[in-house]
Amino acid sequence: MAREKAPAETAELTPSPEEAELPRTALAGLTAATSTWIFLVLVVIIAVFSALDFDSFASVFNLRNITIDASSLLIIAVGMTFVIITSGIDLSVGSVLVFSQVVASLVMREMGAEGMDVILAGLASGLLAGGAWGLFNGLLIAKTRIPALIVTLGTLGMAQGAALLLSGGINVRGAVPPELVRTVGLGRLFGQIPYLVLIAAGVTIVGGVILHLTQFGRYTYAIGSNAEASRRAGINVPRHLIKVYVLSGLLAGLAGFVLLARFTTTTIEGHGTANLQAIAAVVIGGTSLFGGRGAIFGTVVGVFIPAILRNGFIILGIRPFWQQVAVGAVLILAVYFDQVKRRARERQ
Amino acid sequence: MTSPGVMNGHLLAAKGIVKSYGHVRALQGADFDVFPGEVAALVGDNGAGKSTLIKILSGTVRPDGGEIWFDGRTLTIQSPVEARHLGLETVYQDLALAADLDPAANLFLGREIRQPGLRGRLGFIDKKAMREKAEDAFATLGIGLQDIDVEVAMLSGGQRQAVAVSRAVTWASRVIFMDEPTAALGVVQAHRVLELIRRLRGSGMSVVLISHNLPQVFEVADRIQVLRLGRRVATLRPNQTTMEQVVGAMTGADLEAAS
Repeated sequence: MAREKAPAETAELTPSPEEAELPRTALAGLTAATSTWIFLVLVVIIAVFSALDFDSFASVFNLRNITIDASSLLIIAVGMTFVIITSGIDLSVGSVLVFSQVVASLVMREMGAEGMDVILAGLASGLLAGGAWGLFNGLLIAKTRIPALIVTLGTLGMAQGAALLLSGGINVRGAVPPELVRTVGLGRLFGQIPYLVLIAAGVTIVGGVILHLTQFGRYTYAIGSNAEASRRAGINVPRHLIKVYVLSGLLAGLAGFVLLARFTTTTIEGHGTANLQAIAAVVIGGTSLFGGRGAIFGTVVGVFIPAILRNGFIILGIRPFWQQVAVGAVLILAVYFDQVKRRARERQ
Repeated sequence: MTSPGVMNGHLLAAKGIVKSYGHVRALQGADFDVFPGEVAALVGDNGAGKSTLIKILSGTVRPDGGEIWFDGRTLTIQSPVEARHLGLETVYQDLALAADLDPAANLFLGREIRQPGLRGRLGFIDKKAMREKAEDAFATLGIGLQDIDVEVAMLSGGQRQAVAVSRAVTWASRVIFMDEPTAALGVVQAHRVLELIRRLRGSGMSVVLISHNLPQVFEVADRIQVLRLGRRVATLRPNQTTMEQVVGAMTGADLEAAS
């Protein structure tokens, strides 16, 4: 039976086996290579900028700046990757980041703004604040049937408003211990690699390992692919969704804390589009807005394409507004490719 | 309501199951039973309550009332996980596959093999072991997948069906529910599924077959139980019945056929 099954099946379902098999394998290759394609785009962008002005663009100083600028967005985008793979969305990350900053700052200022214990208390309170918003998002999304888009749009406003209430509407200053600024904020490992970048890289690697190698990651894909099938397979879907939104909230809190170390003050007004930047990065990286597919590597590329475009345009003297135009076009193209793939797949 | 041979020796039985969705009374005291090693067909017109009954027996839906007997004792099946612990598996009509995952991942969905030792306790899954076991399972069932690493969405309808069936067969130890397993298949493939059902019966498994296709039901079933308007109205043996009688029971045109 084993030997005759495959040919019989092909004959049954498709008029010509040769015709049917070719696009199938080609498509499989294309799917596997989503991140690879977008990585090539990044390489081309870097090559073009390097060719046009190698000394300014490819300098250690400039590359360091690009990665420092990208690090907090990368931290958020890692969490967003998990959320989007479950076919969810988290619009609240920017506000949650600000809220966590304000909470951490107030705690640290209250404690005297000095010393290791203050730093740890600030970190813990920032993570706790972010995680709490994530828990709130997750509970509402998993237990009620309110769409994630609406829940996180609601908490976007709530977290932003709460942050302004707590801070009185002005940035909290004089709260960040100088030790934190010297190390995490400005310090470099071996005088070369900024700690900010190391933290973002660590989050990315751990996130990638969890997503691609563990049961937690497998469930994230399964739920985004078919939530009802996951439920029938015995996966506790609501509990997993809650964990994913908590993860997103925690990482927003961490990003907020890292930015405190860098700027020595809260940055209340600076993150209005952080959510959209993170979503764009994730989607440019090949993760499908419909859930079920995506990769952390793609997200890294998706964070760096806008960052490098902005930087390169400035260096070349092109008005930086063009960066927004270019990123928007790349985003639409990325989603277009995803749609084409899906349609080709459904025709099978 | 007594039907021939209901009370003794059955492996799984539903008695007086009631289930409403809002004002719709899907099941109004439905009975159903399965003996060890038999193919029990469940037939009925659209809306008769077949799928609801199967979902209740497989733990996906909870009944409002009634009893479920398994292995001589009454119990409640609160979730799909509980049904699985009892050795009951289901091939759903929609197949319940995660289309973005590969066949092996679907076979082990919710039952992933962990890495040995500390890594396993940290949640690391053993993709290689699952892939090898999935290959074995597909080979045993005679399912030819040219490429086992491709996602399920890339497979043909028949191959997807095969993945769903082999998942149920791999994990079931007592009963397999098959909800319209041949509906999406061509003639040849449908024949293979019926063959597989016979083989499963031969190995001592009970199979519950839900189908609209009466010729197929007559070909493979030991008993046919007819559901109409949320109740069992007849239990028939294919070799003592005509298809007209079954259709009569399904539509209510000939209730005498129910004997």
